[in-house]
Amino acid sequence: MIKITNICKSYNNTQALQGISLEVNDGELFGLIGPDGAGKTTLMRILMTLLIQDEGQAEMNGLDVVKDYKRIRQLVGYMPGRFSLYQDLTVEENLSFFATVFGTTIEENYELIRDIYVQIEPFKNRLAGKLSGGMKQKLALSCALIHKPEILVLDEPTTGVDAVSRKEFWDMLKKLQKQGITILVSTPYMDEAGLCDRVALMQEGEVLSIDTPARIVENYSSTLLAARSDEMHRLIEDLRHWEKIDSAYAFGQFAHVTPKDDEMEAVELEQYLMHKKHNNLQVHEIAPGIEDVFMALMSGDRSY
Amino acid sequence: MKQGKIENSEPDTMTATENLSAERTPVISVKNLVKKFGNFVANDHLTFDVFKGEIFGFLGANGAGKTTAMRILCGLSSPTSGELMVSGYDVYKQAELIKRNIGYMSQKFSLYEDMTVAENIRFYAGIYGLSVRQRKEKEQVMLQKLNLESVRDKLIASLPLGWKQKLAFSIALLHDPKIIFLDEPTGGVDPITRRQFWDLIYEAAAEGKTIFVTTHYMDEAEYCSRVSIMVDGRIAALDTPDVLKKQFGADNMNGVFLQLARSATRTD
Repeated sequence: MIKITNICKSYNNTQALQGISLEVNDGELFGLIGPDGAGKTTLMRILMTLLIQDEGQAEMNGLDVVKDYKRIRQLVGYMPGRFSLYQDLTVEENLSFFATVFGTTIEENYELIRDIYVQIEPFKNRLAGKLSGGMKQKLALSCALIHKPEILVLDEPTTGVDAVSRKEFWDMLKKLQKQGITILVSTPYMDEAGLCDRVALMQEGEVLSIDTPARIVENYSSTLLAARSDEMHRLIEDLRHWEKIDSAYAFGQFAHVTPKDDEMEAVELEQYLMHKKHNNLQVHEIAPGIEDVFMALMSGDRSY
Repeated sequence: MKQGKIENSEPDTMTATENLSAERTPVISVKNLVKKFGNFVANDHLTFDVFKGEIFGFLGANGAGKTTAMRILCGLSSPTSGELMVSGYDVYKQAELIKRNIGYMSQKFSLYEDMTVAENIRFYAGIYGLSVRQRKEKEQVMLQKLNLESVRDKLIASLPLGWKQKLAFSIALLHDPKIIFLDEPTGGVDPITRRQFWDLIYEAAAEGKTIFVTTHYMDEAEYCSRVSIMVDGRIAALDTPDVLKKQFGADNMNGVFLQLARSATRTD
C-alpha cells in the first residue's frame, strides 16, 4: 500500500505540491488525473525515492521514502514519462540489464511479462532507439516489471499515444492488477479515469477530489444540459451571453451548459436558442462525466 | 504573387448560409498523393479536398502517415507523385509561397521560451514581412483580446502552458493566412484551457479561416466539420462526425476510430 501524508514540495518559488494526502490500497489500480503542472510527476518521483519532499511523509508498503529508500527501490517498478532505456542497447540487452541490476534473470520472472514481451520479442535484436513509440512503451513496461515489483508506478504512459494503443495499454494494466500488483498511474486524459478503481483529480499541486470514478460523478449536484446547433461558435457565444447561464463549454458536437438555476429545464434553453435563430437545435438534460466534474472543481463551482 | 495578402480581411460576420456556399471553394486540393521513402509507402494515393471555413480533422494511429502528409501540405517535403494545391499554390513549384501563406502551430514547437511575448511577436512579424505599423496594430489587438497585455514583457518560459498555446495560435495567424495547420495543439492542458483554445479555433473558422488539425483527443474530433481517418497510409474514412458515427454504428468518434485503426497492419 502507498500512504502519502501532507506532502509539500517547492522548486524555487513554485509550490509543486501543496499538502497532498492520499492512500492507495494493496492491489488497487489508482489514477492521478490532471493536466501538466498538476504535480503528478513530482509526487511520483518522491514515491520513487528520486526526489525528497520538503514536508510530510510517504510510505511504500510500510517503508519510509526517505529512510528506507534502498529497500523501496527493490520493491517498486517505475516507468517514467520520458523514455529512459538505453537507446544503444538492443531490446533483449535492455531487459537483461534491468534483470541483472535487480539480481534476477529474464527466465525467472518471464511469466509476469510474457503477454507484453511476446509482442516485441520478434525484434529482440533491434536497438531500443530504433523502436516505434508503441514498442518502446512495451519494452519500458517489461523492464519495469522484470524484478517482479509489488508496486508499479507509471508516469503518463499513454500521453501522445493513439486511441488504439492507449486501449491496449490499459488492458495490459488490468491484467497486471489481477496478478496482485498495486498500480499507481497518471494521465492527462480525463476519459481514462473511468478505467481506474479510484482516482485523485489533481490541479496545480492540490488534490481536488479522491474517490471512485462513479462516486465522483454521482456527487455532482448541478443540472447539466447539452445543446447543439449548426453553428457551434455562435451557440457558445449566445449561451455565455445569457444571464441565466453559469458556464458553457464545447464537449464533442454539443455544448455542455450549466444554468444558474438548477430547476431550468431543457425546453427553456431550447426556446431561448430558437429565439436566437439557431437551426437544427437539439437540447436535452445529461448526466455529467469526469471532465465536467473536473472543470466544475477547477472553477470552484458551488455545486460540489 | 499575392504579397498584399495582409491587407485582405475576411468579413467577420458570415451567416450560416454564406458559410455553406463558401464551403465549395477548395482551399486544399489533394489528388492521388503518393509519398515513398525507399520501398516504404508512407502515403498511398490520398485524395481529398478541404474547403474554406472548414475545421478539418486529420486523424490516424501513430505511424499511419499523418505527419508525412502534413509536412507535404506545408511545403516542407515534396510528394513522390500526385496533384496538390494549397491556398492556390502548387506544392511542387511554389512551396515557398505556401509556407508564406499558411499558419502552423504544434504542441512541440511554437514560441521561443527565452524571448518575451513582445519579442516573439516581433520575430514572427519580421519573418512574415509585416511592416512595423502592421505589427504594432496586430500586437495591440491580439494582446487585448487574449487579455495578456500585462505579460507583454515577460519571458514565454514564465507563462502557463495554456497561455502559451493561445498566444502561439494567435501568432500563427499574425500574417492573415487562409489556412492554419495545428499539429496536436492541445496536449497536456487542463480541460477548461483546452476548450478556450477551441473557442479561438471556432472563431477563426467563423471568420473564414480554414483549420487543418491533428489530435489524439477523440472528443476534439467531434468538434471538426469533417474528419478523415488514416490507416496504413490510406484514408480509410472521411466524412462529418455524425455520418461516420452512423456508418460505423458507434456512439462516439472513439468507437469509429477503434474500429478502423484496429485493422491497421503497421505501427510507426
